[in-house]
Amino acid sequence: MVALATFLQRELRLLARQKADWLNPVLFFVIVLSLFPLGIGPEPNLLRIIAPGVIWIAALLSVLLAAERLFKDDYRNGVLEQLVATRQALWPFVFAKLISNWLSTGLPLVLLSPLVALLLNVDSASFLAMLLTLLLGTPLLSLLSVLGAALTVSADKGGILLALLILPLYIPLLIFASAAMEAAAMALPYYGQLAIMLAMLLVALALVPFAVNSALKINVS
Amino acid sequence: MFKWLHPLAKPETVYQLCGRLYPWLLTAALLLLLLGNIWGLAFTPPDYQQGDSYRIIHIHVPAAIMSMGAYSAMAIAAFVALVWQVKVAQWSVLAIAPIGAVYTAIALITGMAWGKPMWGTWWVWDARLTSELILLFLYLGVIALSGAFSDRQTGAKVASLLAVVGVINLPVIHFSVEWWNTLHQGASITKFAKPSIDPSMLWPLLISILAFKVLMLALICLRLRTAILVNEQHRPWVRAMAGDQ
Repeated sequence: MVALATFLQRELRLLARQKADWLNPVLFFVIVLSLFPLGIGPEPNLLRIIAPGVIWIAALLSVLLAAERLFKDDYRNGVLEQLVATRQALWPFVFAKLISNWLSTGLPLVLLSPLVALLLNVDSASFLAMLLTLLLGTPLLSLLSVLGAALTVSADKGGILLALLILPLYIPLLIFASAAMEAAAMALPYYGQLAIMLAMLLVALALVPFAVNSALKINVS
Repeated sequence: MFKWLHPLAKPETVYQLCGRLYPWLLTAALLLLLLGNIWGLAFTPPDYQQGDSYRIIHIHVPAAIMSMGAYSAMAIAAFVALVWQVKVAQWSVLAIAPIGAVYTAIALITGMAWGKPMWGTWWVWDARLTSELILLFLYLGVIALSGAFSDRQTGAKVASLLAVVGVINLPVIHFSVEWWNTLHQGASITKFAKPSIDPSMLWPLLISILAFKVLMLALICLRLRTAILVNEQHRPWVRAMAGDQ
């Protein structure tokens, strides 16, 4: 626990000093969202129909943008290698990465969601669903992007590869999140979809740290 | 059982075993393929509804079944590679991945060719089509990941890890896509309603499935032999063999 707090403090300090790392994905999210009305047309009803899918695709892409740099610096300056060499448990480091990744990419999306709802003409019932799916879904996005970043940390061409690895894993999340928002738009109950998202989150929370652990060890050995 | 399996961890034994199996498997695969496909394509009666178009199932169905079979074989090999650090298992992951990807692509392309006259469109976002497409992405991810590292060993290990992660994700993808589809549109044309198939069509289909399976085994043997040679090229037994011939 002490180790977790130490690592978390370090991650947060790094985030505070490298603002571009987390500001750029957030900016990217807003820009992608504002491109859709320009490309498809500003018809409010049309925007309301496409909003669930558009919001989630923009969220996936912006999280992917942040994922690439997750372990890169620690790998380049040797921190990762030292950590593995000390033979201490890696999980405090992994969880600190997870928490800081969610705080820097997931939380801003949740906070921005009222603005997004205004931009895309989302009504209040769907807005609640959007908020809930983002709250449940963004931690899962963080888990999967930490996994992808750990797999590709020592790869030569990480960036494009990361998208190829991670986007198929994102598909179930995308399906359930937009299904929940569409059900909410039609005033149908959407707790089933939320429950499945929560289940996926819990399963990923239990299993992903193991995979990240061995991926990091393989990459630095 | 371990006593029986243990010699298979040695690359040299596997190389020789694959070399002995390969000609038999290839011959059997070609014979079965000729028998199953000629019987299926030329000598079965046409379907009362679909006419002759249904005959593509003799290629489509075996490729689709084996695309999933190849993934499970790859995932098992990956698991063995990660848990017991067996190098041969690692190499077989990379040997199976491209074969599985090609089978998946064959299943998708023949499915599209069948869908055009039957459904009137090349592509429908049906549950099965979508999950098969994602399966193709997973294969491509494993192949791309294995080639992305300057160290071949690291690439093989990381690709094995991805293959194991993918197998956990496979049922999730499958069911999510199935539910997504039923949520959005009623299954009308997309349902693969299989009226119990006539024995005259069933037998060539079963033979074709067996043929695709044996062909896959033969190709895995061939690719695994090559992989063993490439990875063990500095070992004495490879040098001795190269010197002999």
